[in-house]
This record gives sequence, C-alpha cells and structure tokens, in this order.
Amino acid sequence: MRRKVQFMIVQMEGNDMKILVPVKRVIDYNVKPRVKSDGSGVDLANVKMSMNPFDEISVEEAIRLKEAGKAEEIVAVSVGPQKAQETLRTALAMGADRAILVNTDEEVEPLGVAKILAKIVEEEAPQLVICGKQAIDDDSNQTGQMLAALLGWGQGTFANTVELDGNSVDVKREIDGGLQTVKLNLPAVVTTDLRLNEPRYASLPNIMKAKKKPMDEKTVADYGVDITPRLTTTNVSEPPVRQAGEKVADVDALVEKLKAVGAI
Amino acid sequence: MKTLIWVEHDNASMKDATLAVVTAAAKLGEVHALVAGSGCASVADQVAKVDGIATVHVADDAALANGLAENVAPLVAGLMDSHDAFLAPATTTGKNIAPRVAALLDVMQISDILSVESADTFTRPIYAGNAIATVKTSDSKLVITVRGTAFDKAATEGGSASIEAVGGASDAGTSAFVSEEIAKSERPELTSAKTIVSGGRALGSSEKFEEVITPLADKLGAAIGASRAAVDAGYVPNDYQVGQTGKIVAPEVYMAIGISGAIQHLAGMKDSKVIVAINKDEDAPIFQVADIGLVADLFDAVPELTSKV
Repeated sequence: MRRKVQFMIVQMEGNDMKILVPVKRVIDYNVKPRVKSDGSGVDLANVKMSMNPFDEISVEEAIRLKEAGKAEEIVAVSVGPQKAQETLRTALAMGADRAILVNTDEEVEPLGVAKILAKIVEEEAPQLVICGKQAIDDDSNQTGQMLAALLGWGQGTFANTVELDGNSVDVKREIDGGLQTVKLNLPAVVTTDLRLNEPRYASLPNIMKAKKKPMDEKTVADYGVDITPRLTTTNVSEPPVRQAGEKVADVDALVEKLKAVGAI
Repeated sequence: MKTLIWVEHDNASMKDATLAVVTAAAKLGEVHALVAGSGCASVADQVAKVDGIATVHVADDAALANGLAENVAPLVAGLMDSHDAFLAPATTTGKNIAPRVAALLDVMQISDILSVESADTFTRPIYAGNAIATVKTSDSKLVITVRGTAFDKAATEGGSASIEAVGGASDAGTSAFVSEEIAKSERPELTSAKTIVSGGRALGSSEKFEEVITPLADKLGAAIGASRAAVDAGYVPNDYQVGQTGKIVAPEVYMAIGISGAIQHLAGMKDSKVIVAINKDEDAPIFQVADIGLVADLFDAVPELTSKV
C-alpha cells in the first residue's frame, strides 16, 4: 500500500506541470512603424501583424520543457482583439495545447493585462508562467513583473537559461555587464530574453492540426477586473531626425575630420 | 512632490546610472534616495555627496544583498507611503524592480522616460524608438524608469544629504540568489563610455572582430559594442549588443564598423554626439545618420585608421 502511494506521488510530480504562456499580437518585427500625421498614434492599418518576438521565445521554451518531459500542458493566452486568435493559432501550431482569448478591442495596459492574467492563473493553476520580457509595440517591459507581484510569486526576468527542477526553477538572467542566476520556488514567473532559444517555425501539418486545438473565448467582464487605463497618450510624434553628415574620401580625411570635431 | 530614487550599486559603490535619475527626479520635486543592500554604508556616503539629494534612506539587510525584486519591492512600496514618486534607472535592475513596485501600489508604470514635461506628463520611446509618445498619468503615485542617456548626470560632489536608516526589510522566501558572472574588463562600460567602437556582421568571424575592432578600441580607450547581427553570429557575447533589445548608448563618439544600420541598431545609438560609419556599401542606412562616413573595405580602412590615430 505504501509503495503504491509513493508511486502515485511520483506520477503527480511528472504530470502536474502546467505552463501558461501569454502572447501578444503586435506589428511585425520587420515593419517600420509610421507615425500618423495627426499625432494620434502609429498607423497599423494594413500593416503586417505577428506574434511579439519575445513571446515566440516563451512559447518555444514551454514546448522544449514539455518535450523534455518536464511539463504536461501548455496553455497560450492572449488579451486582445478578435484577430489575436491568429496569434494564438500560431502558438498552437508551434506546440501549445490549448488557448484562451480574452477578447477586447480596448487597449489594455500592462497593469490591466497582469490583473487579467492573475485571474486566469487562479483558474488554471499553472506552476510556471513564461512571458516575453517586453512587447515591441509599447516597449513597457512590465507585465511579467507585475503579474509576479500580484500573485506574490518569484520572478526570473530576462531569462537566458531556464532549468526546471522539481519544486524550483533556476533562471540565468541577462543583466547589465553579465549574467545572474536566481533560484525561484514554484510557482513562478519567468520573462524571456533574446538568447534563451531560437523559436521554431510551425510546420504545415502542425498548422492544420492547430485548427482543431481548443480555443476558449472570454471577455474582460468574465474576470471582473477593472482595466480602466491609467495613462493617456496625448501625442505620438516622429523622433528627431538626424541629418546625414558628409562622406570622406579616405582614411586620412577621416582622421582630419575626427580631429576637427575633437573626437581624437 | 517628494520623490524616492533607486540607487544602483554593488554594495561597494554607486553606479553612474543613478545620476541621471537624480536629474529626472529633481524636475518633479525634492529628491530622496534609497540605498538598499547589505553592508552598503559606503554607498550611502557617496550618494549623500551627490548634488541635489535631500535625504538618503539606507536599508541594510542580508535579504537585500543581491537586489532581489521579491525582497526589495515590498520595502519600496512601504516607503511610498511618504513619497509621491519612485524613479529607477531603466537598467536591468530598475526594469526588474520598478514594475513589481508599481503593481504592489496599483500604479501603471511609465517606462523609460526621455523627458519630464510636467508633474504628470512624460515622453517615452515606443516602437523601438521609431515614435515618441507623450503620456499623462492619472495615478496619484508615480512609478517611473528613466533612460540614462536622456538626462544629464547630477554632480557627484556638492551635496550634503542626511543619512537615515530604514528597517522593515525581510526575505519574501520565494527566490534566492545563486551566482553572478560579471564580465571583467579594463575597458569602460558600454553605457558610460565616451567613445564606442562597434562591429557588425561584415567582420565575418570572432577572430576578425578581435583582430580589427579591438586594436582601434584600445588605441582610443573605447568600449566595444556590436550589432545584433554580430552577436547572433556569435562573434561577441550578448552584452556587447547595442540596439533596442540590447544597450542604449549615447557616447561622444560612436564608430559603426561594418554595421549596415538596421532600425533596431539605430534605436540604440542614434543619440550619440558624433557618429562615424565605415562600410563598403555606400547605400547602407547607417550613412543616413552618420556625421562622418567612409565608404571603404573595413579590413583595409580600420587597421590604417588604427595606425593613424
């Protein structure tokens, strides 16, 4: 009897690990954003949109943990417009198991997203949340840290390496000037940096299969959180344009120029 | 307004990144500083001399030794009872801690500010610096990270702040420091260097990068940077990366060698005072922002330049 109980515990440890991966639909990495002439924002009409690159890294890391037998289920979640479905389908095609879309046409700030995610965490009870460190549209770099704060969990930001081990996770972090390793008790939040992995491309068969994977649709009201924006963007402008200088003919002329501007 | 600034330090000395935060905070009101660490009394002494600081709060506790956000954020949130704004540098430390503080206070953080327009309005870069947003907050407490290159550094002498001990720090018990690998170098740090020599993918290998870029940097006493392409190709470690996803720099002189000038790279260095570009492709976008350009094969031009400066 006793042996049987122990066996069950081992089984549970192996199967308990659920990973939640929030993803955001943003302007494609290769598109140069154009500021609207009326200063109201960046023109996103007819612009290619994709999954935030750091979120791709998060999805990839979750899949690798699952492939290594360290995670059982990967749930992708997005807070955004109906079209964020496409982003979630991409996550499913890469290898996530199911998806949750929290449908809203409002712009939700990181604090609001973190509050919604905290509610989803209550329902789903993941052991690990893996977020991109920042979205390449608003460049806030906040959501993961805020979620960790709201949950009272440890946070491993800017992850370079993630090692999951039983009840804890070791996160090697990219910090100014080098790397720092922290050990976090599970459950925990990890945010991903560029060097963590190289995300895979979804294969065509997997894209087909992803269409049949479950996707729940929710609204912000389902979670009962107040996401009223705290910030108002009063203007969006082009950054100051730098004028091109002059080209010099050879190294001697370059040295002269450098001396003239006091650079050497 | 009474502000509280995060002092970046290694328990022995204050980091330069702190000084731009002092300048930004002074635009909002009275500047109070928090030195949170372990055995960090000498840091507090340094900070007290910085021009423009009224009070230095020192939280000296073993739980704060490594700046773990889980332990630091509740301490800061507590101190915000008697302060109106918390400002941290937009360094990896500041970016780790500030949003955690903001969430504890139920405040929406304003990240990476470039200017203080008024007590509730700030500018900040979005879309990798391709646009500048002016944002106005309705929160009663402010949590802000500051882009270091956008503000002058406060003077490290001339101040005489009082130093006060603060208690109440504790170990949240959710995280632990394991180890740190900090690259040791004789060179100036990228983010504070007066001159930076940066190499791109055109270098072709880590050997060539070392052979061509390093001697010029040595001669100029410069820090070495790299484009994301060069980092991704494995020529140099990640912490050399200048760009939106790497380090944001604004030195007196920035030399871009064999760097084409992708948007993401330009976002990290376009505020440099003098930009010098050496590239054999005369149509490379880097020439559109360079003050001085030389269209040449870098493998000829850079060694020649090194011998002549």
